[in-house]
Amino acid sequence: MTDAFIKIDHVSKRFGGFAAVDDANIDIQRGEFFSLLGPSGCGKTTLLRMIAGFEYPTEGAIYIDGQDESDVPPNKRPTNMVFQSYAIFPHLNVFDNIAYGLRRLRLPKREMTARVNEALAMIKLEGYGKRRGDQLSGGQRQRVALARALVNRPKVLLLDEPLGALDKRLREAMQIELRQLQRNVGITFVFVTHDQEEALSMSDRIAVMSAGKILQVAEPRTLYEAPNCREVADFIGTMNFFDAKVASHENGAAILDAGPIGKVRAAGENLPDVGTPVLVAVRPEKITLSTTPREGAIKGTVDAAAYLGERSHFHVRVDGIATPVAIASQNVMRSGDAVSHGATVFLSWPDDAAVILPRE
Amino acid sequence: MMAKVRNKAGQGRGLFGYAIFYLAFLYVPVLFLPIFSFNDSAFIAFPLVGFTTKWYTEMFADTGMQIALWNSLKVGMFTALISTTLGLLAAKALTRYQVPGSAAVLGFTSLPLFVPDIVLGISLLILLNSVHIPLSLWTVVVGHVLICMPFAMAVLISRMEGFDKSLEEASLDLGEDGWMTFWRVTFPLALPGVIASLLLTFIVSFDEFLIAYFLAGTDATLPIYIWGQLRFPYKLPGVLALGALILVASCVLVIFAEWVRSLGTDPNKAPTVGA
Repeated sequence: MTDAFIKIDHVSKRFGGFAAVDDANIDIQRGEFFSLLGPSGCGKTTLLRMIAGFEYPTEGAIYIDGQDESDVPPNKRPTNMVFQSYAIFPHLNVFDNIAYGLRRLRLPKREMTARVNEALAMIKLEGYGKRRGDQLSGGQRQRVALARALVNRPKVLLLDEPLGALDKRLREAMQIELRQLQRNVGITFVFVTHDQEEALSMSDRIAVMSAGKILQVAEPRTLYEAPNCREVADFIGTMNFFDAKVASHENGAAILDAGPIGKVRAAGENLPDVGTPVLVAVRPEKITLSTTPREGAIKGTVDAAAYLGERSHFHVRVDGIATPVAIASQNVMRSGDAVSHGATVFLSWPDDAAVILPRE
Repeated sequence: MMAKVRNKAGQGRGLFGYAIFYLAFLYVPVLFLPIFSFNDSAFIAFPLVGFTTKWYTEMFADTGMQIALWNSLKVGMFTALISTTLGLLAAKALTRYQVPGSAAVLGFTSLPLFVPDIVLGISLLILLNSVHIPLSLWTVVVGHVLICMPFAMAVLISRMEGFDKSLEEASLDLGEDGWMTFWRVTFPLALPGVIASLLLTFIVSFDEFLIAYFLAGTDATLPIYIWGQLRFPYKLPGVLALGALILVASCVLVIFAEWVRSLGTDPNKAPTVGA
């Protein structure tokens, strides 16, 4: 049917009149660490649950390894899931939790024990087999849930915000561990999260979702540097937007007339026609802030300054633009960029920093 | 300042007195049962004459009582099993699936709590007569299941709502079908509720008189037997002895049922029963 390992083919899920997932199309490759990213209620968990088989698509089909799985119940699918609550069986100990899926296979006792112990070693919880679920910390429960799923050697591992309940330090450690684990086992991971940094740091590719729709599917760098719409640009990191109109084309770049901030040059593919109203988007860290005037720089006044240690954040008010421009600058010098509230500054950015987005 | 404090203390004393009076009103009459069951006289009156256990011996030797007790135990056990099984299935359906009109279902099943037993008894009697089903202990079981369902469902629904739905999903995800998921996850986690429901419905059935009286036919359950004995004044102390024993057994069962029900209400804690 297709080259993709998981193919989500025009999948919609409606509850009554409400479309939780609206015409989703995604191809996920074998061995990929793929993330579904979006704010809560965007449909990412519903989509994951459809891959697991807990929900069935109202329209469309889901293929895993060439098989149409759309109507297959969860117990017959080659997927295993790590639940948001971890769902560790409270009446079983750690060993029996991990062995849960294996017992059904009626493996010889020795082989089953070996596989469970191997899984315990993988999550670095050797010797915890006799512990009960309620005697484990949050991080340990998360690992047991992971082992319980992976011990069945699924084709796809589904993870529903598995790090959400952990504190920041543990979460960051688990992000690295999870990524390494995925590389070692080579299983395709589909990971749901609302945390953009988590998605950027862990994933091979990310699908950004909003209100049931897939907005963009791309590698982390592309999502950040070349978002395809205002919503994606806004959800991932901070972005400055300026209204503009295409004035002319020049050597594969567009010259945009951005009113109060003057002419802006932006390169890109599929440049819109001359006269099209567009948005110019520039990331705060791409903007250089200077106290001396220079050619083509935009004049503004510092509205707010925040010192964050390795970098500083500024809000600069520019005449004719409603929202202050956000700027992030590295504090390379120990003296820092010593501009304070009320100072007159000049903003500029390199030609390739500006991104053209459609204006909605 | 002083007046205010004293006033508060006085109020507390008033409430304390009220609480004592309330408890006395509830339990003093019940205490007469064991007291007179050990009194060496056929007449139920003060002053007490002397201590004896002969009423207990006499009562145990009574074959009519033995048969009635056995009948009540049988009816109680079948009622408990049937209503708890049905209650568990209903609780599973109502807490795990989107059942159309589930509120109405819940309302109708709890209706027998509010319909007077005598009305239920008479209507069941009329129904059974009109379809020519002979009265027996089985018809008593049917009536008792009807009045026990609300209790079974109340206990089991609260138990089923008490644990994470994703536990059952995890079992399905790990390859078990619905049936095995029920036995490997749902049932063990619901077990404290199941035991509590069995005990509770057994007691409700065991103590029930009106419906049994209408539906029992010629087989007497224990309450019916006791009612019959009251016609003979010299048998009264024996009835008191029996009543005292039932009272103690009921208390023990109810306390045990409550204790089991409260086990592992924390969804992350394993129930210690059957684990």
